[in-house]
Amino acid sequence: MVGVTEPILLAVVVATALAFDFTNGFHDTGNAMATSIATRALKPKAAVILSASLNMVGAFLSLTVAATIATGIVDAGVVTLPVVLAGLAGGIVWNLVTWLFGLPSSSSHALIGGVVGAVLAAAGTEGVLWAGLTSKVLIPALVAPVVAILVGTIGTWLVARLTQDVPQDSNDKLFRWGQIGSASLVSLAHGTNDAQKSMGIILLALIAAGAVPEDSSVPFWVIVSCALAMALGTYTGGWRVIRTLGKGLVELESRQGMAAETSSAAVILLSSHFGYSLSTTHVATGSILGSGVGMKGSSVRWSVAGRMFAAWLITVPSAAFVGALFYWIDISIGGGTLGSFVVFGLLIAISFMIYLWSRRKPISSKNVNDNWDPAQDSEAYIAESVSVHHPEIMKVKRKRLRKAKKRQRKMLEAEQERRAIEAEDTARLRAAESRDNDSSER
Amino acid sequence: MSDYIEWSALGQVLLYGILVGAGLPTIFAIGVRLLAGPGAVGADGTVSRGRVIGAWACFAVVVLAILGAVAYIAAGGH
Repeated sequence: MVGVTEPILLAVVVATALAFDFTNGFHDTGNAMATSIATRALKPKAAVILSASLNMVGAFLSLTVAATIATGIVDAGVVTLPVVLAGLAGGIVWNLVTWLFGLPSSSSHALIGGVVGAVLAAAGTEGVLWAGLTSKVLIPALVAPVVAILVGTIGTWLVARLTQDVPQDSNDKLFRWGQIGSASLVSLAHGTNDAQKSMGIILLALIAAGAVPEDSSVPFWVIVSCALAMALGTYTGGWRVIRTLGKGLVELESRQGMAAETSSAAVILLSSHFGYSLSTTHVATGSILGSGVGMKGSSVRWSVAGRMFAAWLITVPSAAFVGALFYWIDISIGGGTLGSFVVFGLLIAISFMIYLWSRRKPISSKNVNDNWDPAQDSEAYIAESVSVHHPEIMKVKRKRLRKAKKRQRKMLEAEQERRAIEAEDTARLRAAESRDNDSSER
Repeated sequence: MSDYIEWSALGQVLLYGILVGAGLPTIFAIGVRLLAGPGAVGADGTVSRGRVIGAWACFAVVVLAILGAVAYIAAGGH
């Protein structure tokens, strides 16, 4: 480490990048494993261990590192170490906040948001390439779930049709294997993609600080530490997010889980193949929703989904706000080592507070599969309270309820029509009567 | 809007996504149906050889697809 400028700042940035990597693994476990956990194809602990190992393998598997973060989204010239630090901090905070609320949201969008915010604070609006931000981040966030819902729906529908008269226990037994296979693929792809983002950030920081030469490849210790940080995060398991994805959106069975995960894996890999990268989180969520739409007799909790979509829309602005705030604090202290220490300290304090907050209603591998508590979700789920104990009854009731409502509406319409006709008739009758009266009086 | 959405890439993702993402589960489902569907288990309580071979052929396609995807990831094609 000869000629390293600002070695402490560099160390703080590297530590923060690893922390982001950790939250990334932790936040995105659900994308791959939520369905397997919900359908009990794998025990919760076994699922996160599998996912963590595959993330780790994925991180080593391919080393074509994403050269820069936020290429084409922010002006590369204004990205300095303090900007990267503030951006990472913004991404971490947003990841933790969404985790607290159990909302799956894209980790890479959080990171991009954080960096955009820090750049805005550092260089003003010229530093951000708005067209790039719109076409590479904001629009794909809207497109990804639509594509995934379509693919997931078609896949689930076909599977459900083909296997409708196969006994349920054989279905479960066989589809579980398919589910584990496809979920593993999603984990692997995630490890490769996302661990490399952190590696890229650390490499950039090392180059910027002069610790490694400009054309250096990723040092081995960076690969190992990134892979470990992500695997550790995945193993810790973002149970809150897993719960929302696995139990909150759709009540899943193995067939749906298999179709959803295959759809996720296919869309994620194909989208990066065609150079139109879609967020893993958005795709996975869309696929799970699709598996609810495509399955006869399955219901989707759209209010939960709506809350998630809302979170996706505000991910970039919120992370940007936090990133900008961190950058501003850093600079107003005077930047440099002290500033970076303050930012790091604040980050630790905030994370700890969020952790404490989460302990008030902890979710762990023990209760991740409990029935979705309707009370969490306002009056919309009062009707579903029945389903908590008897899903079978609920399904029938819901359908009946819908039919009954339709019948009632039809009756009402008919009634109104009849009344309208009657009213018309009476009016005509009266008119005729009054004419008669008129003529008789004459 | 066309500046902001890469329609051709999106169309390809959608098309191949449906082919692969919905096709593979369908093939798997055909395998399950062959192995455990109605009429699969004969009078003697076993599944006929043709059905077993067909089912495993279906599963093999899915396994190959997964292995292919792993190779694709490893080759850095993403």
